Amino acid sequence: MDETLKDLTTQSYAQGFVTDVEQEFVPKGLNEEIIRTISRIKDEPQWLLDFRLDAFRKWQKMTQPDWGHLKLPPIDYQDIIYYAAPKKDKDRPKEIDPALMETFEKLGIPVGEREYLAGVKDRREVAVDAVFDSVSVSTTFRKTLSEKGIIFCSFSEAVHEHPDLVRKYLASVVPAGDNFFAALNSAVFSDGSFCYVPKGVECPMDLSSYFRINASGTGQFERTLIIADEGSRLSYMEGCTAPMRDENQLHAAVVEIIVEKDADVKYSTVQNWYPGDAQGRGGILNLVTKRGICRGSGAHLSWTQVETGSAITWKYPSTILKGDNSSSEFYSVALTNNWQQADTGTKMIHLGRNTRSRIISKGISAGHSENSYRGLVRIAPGADGARNYSQCDSLLIGSNCGAHTFPVIRNANPAATVEHEATTSRISEDKLFYCGQRGIPEEDAVGLIVNGYAQEVLQRLPMEFAIEARKLLQVSLEGSIG
Amino acid sequence: MSDILLEIHDLHANVEGKEILKGVDLVIREGEVHAVMGPNGAGKSTLSAVLTGNPRYQVTSGSIRFRGEDLLALKPEERAWKGIFLSFQYPVEIPGVSITNFMKAALNAKRKAVGKGELSPAEYLSLMKEKMAFVGMGREFAKREVNVGFSGGEKKRNEVFQMAMLDPVLSILDETDSGMDVDALKTVAQGVNSLRSPEKSFIVITHYKRLLDYIVPDIVHVLKDGRIVKTAGRELVDQIENGGYASIG
Repeated sequence: MDETLKDLTTQSYAQGFVTDVEQEFVPKGLNEEIIRTISRIKDEPQWLLDFRLDAFRKWQKMTQPDWGHLKLPPIDYQDIIYYAAPKKDKDRPKEIDPALMETFEKLGIPVGEREYLAGVKDRREVAVDAVFDSVSVSTTFRKTLSEKGIIFCSFSEAVHEHPDLVRKYLASVVPAGDNFFAALNSAVFSDGSFCYVPKGVECPMDLSSYFRINASGTGQFERTLIIADEGSRLSYMEGCTAPMRDENQLHAAVVEIIVEKDADVKYSTVQNWYPGDAQGRGGILNLVTKRGICRGSGAHLSWTQVETGSAITWKYPSTILKGDNSSSEFYSVALTNNWQQADTGTKMIHLGRNTRSRIISKGISAGHSENSYRGLVRIAPGADGARNYSQCDSLLIGSNCGAHTFPVIRNANPAATVEHEATTSRISEDKLFYCGQRGIPEEDAVGLIVNGYAQEVLQRLPMEFAIEARKLLQVSLEGSIG
Repeated sequence: MSDILLEIHDLHANVEGKEILKGVDLVIREGEVHAVMGPNGAGKSTLSAVLTGNPRYQVTSGSIRFRGEDLLALKPEERAWKGIFLSFQYPVEIPGVSITNFMKAALNAKRKAVGKGELSPAEYLSLMKEKMAFVGMGREFAKREVNVGFSGGEKKRNEVFQMAMLDPVLSILDETDSGMDVDALKTVAQGVNSLRSPEKSFIVITHYKRLLDYIVPDIVHVLKDGRIVKTAGRELVDQIENGGYASIG
């Protein structure tokens, strides 16, 4: 009976498998020696080791934040392995293990550059940086991109090949001591993606990072740095999955985005970390810091996120609107089911004149989950003519879940305009009956209604991503009715 | 005589603890168009809700058989798959869901239930196009969100469009004439009339004679205080028009 129940509740997470590869690990625990070991494995320059050690010392003085509307289980930071990487074949160190290739193919991530038949354009090309536990295993289309001067590679490679850029921009948006989890990441981060788009260049394809946790007992601490130089354009996508396990695994990432004058960056996330089972066992603790800065005038940064995974999500993709006339949007769908908890939202910091921001947040809570929107709109004294519009909607399914909103507005400029709207609703019996009368069973009807509710956000995603997100919303709602 | 499609026997039903239907008997044969008329509060809409399995209504006694099968044991979607369709008096809005996607979900759910594969996108689109033309709707209609921002007439037209798409065996039109101007009414009636066939049956629920000038019934019932008090041919419509419901029963 229990087995059947388990099958039923876990089969919907199709990405929950484990890849059997030989891996190397650093010893469990966190201290300066571990950090030096990670830095040594990656053959890093002294300045980067110093950066890590400085961050570690800051972290040691910090305490884990507890202001979120979350019941975070105690995390033993000495009981985590901070670096895990698939072993390389000594005879063929440049080749990717076929088991890894197979894993990413199975996840639908094209890690090889497929040849497309002339005239067949059914799928747009997407360049991928695929990260497996602590290392990047493949970055595609690098040559095509480099012809335009675009750098797209793993963070580790960027440290060696473009040290000036990394040194200039690393921690320029999220300082090492910004918060507890960012400090932890700065001390132990292993790999991630690096991207630089030069002046005036429009990136010819979508770029993406795909993060896969595989090894047990580990955490993933990746670092992404994106720089869009003056007048450039870029669409970036990020996806992630992990195996099903009964214990929690930590994911503490940092993403920094620098958008220069008149540049345009669109950053899309479909977060599908393992959410834990129907009883709330296991799942990823997703505690991440994502922040961008619109440095120059007319810069534009758009965040779109669809959050369906993780046992706990603590995440606030934010924008500092420094340049005059710069603008940013935050479009979010966060769905929690079973015992999941999400505390997510954004910060829009208006410093420049005539800066504009727009926040559209759609929370969906089902089962026994708790779902919170937390946002800050801050208008600095000098931000004349700044405008913000925020809309926070919550949708409840069933009577055992919670939806909360914590919007904060700090406006120090009387010439600014700030608008906030919020709604809370349930999926009404009338809607379900209308769908049922047309032959749509209840579970499908809920999926349809939720997709419609989230449509305003989903339509912002690149097309293939939107299709995936729709399916994910449907799958994540399984078992929420009845 | 053709086969019996629907057989209601001594049906009693409550809403919010109050008895609305107090012993309804009704037999509908294949190919027949029945009008159910009656004053406000007589139980007309309750009858349509109970026939389609609306969970807000409780059947306390009696039976409904559809092609001999116990309808009350089936969920709303299962009744829909058997070919029962309700044109709602107050169609519900589903924000963010296009008519195209809504009908695709409905049609494919039904096809799956009867063991057929999904329609190909091309097949589906050509069916949409045909049925939209059938109720006189422009191309942009397909992209609109289900009933969101629709006028009263558009909502009813949308109901008849869905009816045409799903090709039901028994269609129940609940106060389809309310909130409609004469032109919209004519279009809708034309749509319904062209769906009439020796296999398909209709229950037209209405307060007024107006709709029945366009959809001419075979049999007319008067429902009063939860019971059918009179059943006759179409001449009953004129009797009600002249003497009011007070003259019946």
